[in-house]
Amino acid sequence: MSSKNFKYLMGPFSANNPVIVQILGICSALAVTVQLKPAIVMALSVTVVTAFANLVMSLLRNGVPARIRIIVQLVVIAALVILVDQVLKAYVYEVSKQLSVYVGLIITNCIVMGRIEAFALANKPWPALLDGIGNGLGYGLILVVVAFFRELLGSGTLLGYRIVPESWYMAEGGFYSNCGLMLFPPMALIIAGCIIWVHRSRNKDLQEK
Amino acid sequence: MEMLNIFIQSIFIDNMVFAFFFGMCSYIAVSKSVKTALGLGAAVTFVMLMTVPLNYLLYQFVLKPGALAWAGYPEVNLSFLSLIVFIATIAAFVQLVEMIVEKFSPTLYSQLGIFLPLIAVNCAIMGGSLFMQQKVDAQQLTSVWQSVVYGLGSGLGWWLAIVMMAAIREKTTYSHIPAALKGPGIAFIITGLMGIAFMIFSGIQF
Repeated sequence: MSSKNFKYLMGPFSANNPVIVQILGICSALAVTVQLKPAIVMALSVTVVTAFANLVMSLLRNGVPARIRIIVQLVVIAALVILVDQVLKAYVYEVSKQLSVYVGLIITNCIVMGRIEAFALANKPWPALLDGIGNGLGYGLILVVVAFFRELLGSGTLLGYRIVPESWYMAEGGFYSNCGLMLFPPMALIIAGCIIWVHRSRNKDLQEK
Repeated sequence: MEMLNIFIQSIFIDNMVFAFFFGMCSYIAVSKSVKTALGLGAAVTFVMLMTVPLNYLLYQFVLKPGALAWAGYPEVNLSFLSLIVFIATIAAFVQLVEMIVEKFSPTLYSQLGIFLPLIAVNCAIMGGSLFMQQKVDAQQLTSVWQSVVYGLGSGLGWWLAIVMMAAIREKTTYSHIPAALKGPGIAFIITGLMGIAFMIFSGIQF
């Protein structure tokens, strides 16, 4: 793999992260992060959709007139999302119930559309596929970080396994209790804000004047 | 009473932004001044008011399991198509509104023009239709008028949120925020705090 292609794949992890730098796809990024497991499933679904939508649109880029490209993109994305939705319902039904409408919302996830417009329409299929995978995983990284803190502090577990020992809890005569607020939607926003804070204090060139 | 309940619930309790994070992308990007926020909010509310009932009718009479009974096919289940039908309705409707507004009111068009294409991919609109589908399955929305009220309430809730956010952000231009938090960082944290404030509405019933 050439260094340029490598950059397409790895750039979205930090310097060009879709969620915390480009501020795309936040809706679903925060809503599915109460627990780690749905967050990981969501991250993989978005990666699959972004990668293949990028690939398909890059293959079609010379055949689609600019005026109707939005509707063509929506159809391609919607078809991929329906496939993902059906696969999730078939193999991980519990998680797909938890994700509820957010799987359908991948269609309107700005990352997918944004990467097609900004990258796939102007590049060859192979770099477009790599860019899609990179952006999907960069999005997934933020999901996993937010979900890690919310599940650990909110219910004392990770991926369903208990991390904080039972004997620490008040009910067992201990000193610890879960932070119930972490399970509510607003805390996801505050955690994401803190991630942006940490990230931008380490990358000074991203700061706004 | 049922209608009022749906209305209040969709504006305050199930607020699109604070409870479900719908439409966050444009919410963060367009909330820099109150005036543009008002324009986008109005456009979103209007599109939602129209597309939620449209999709309700489509879902009720074409897509739902057994919905095609009136056409003589009671065993057909097209619900897996709902995603693509909803997004097609929304995209077509937005395109239509854009064309009508351009034809009949060029002044309004130049004011709203930039926002209209953005709305097609605003997750709040799609989210409204998907929640409508969920509520129909759960028997919480039973008539087309209830879906009108639900669409209107969800749109107004989003409008309220973006205008409040823009008002706060206009004030914060003059405050001393750590350099790394400026822009989206502080916007996220403010939204989180507003969301905590909105949690007091949960549990209101008429």
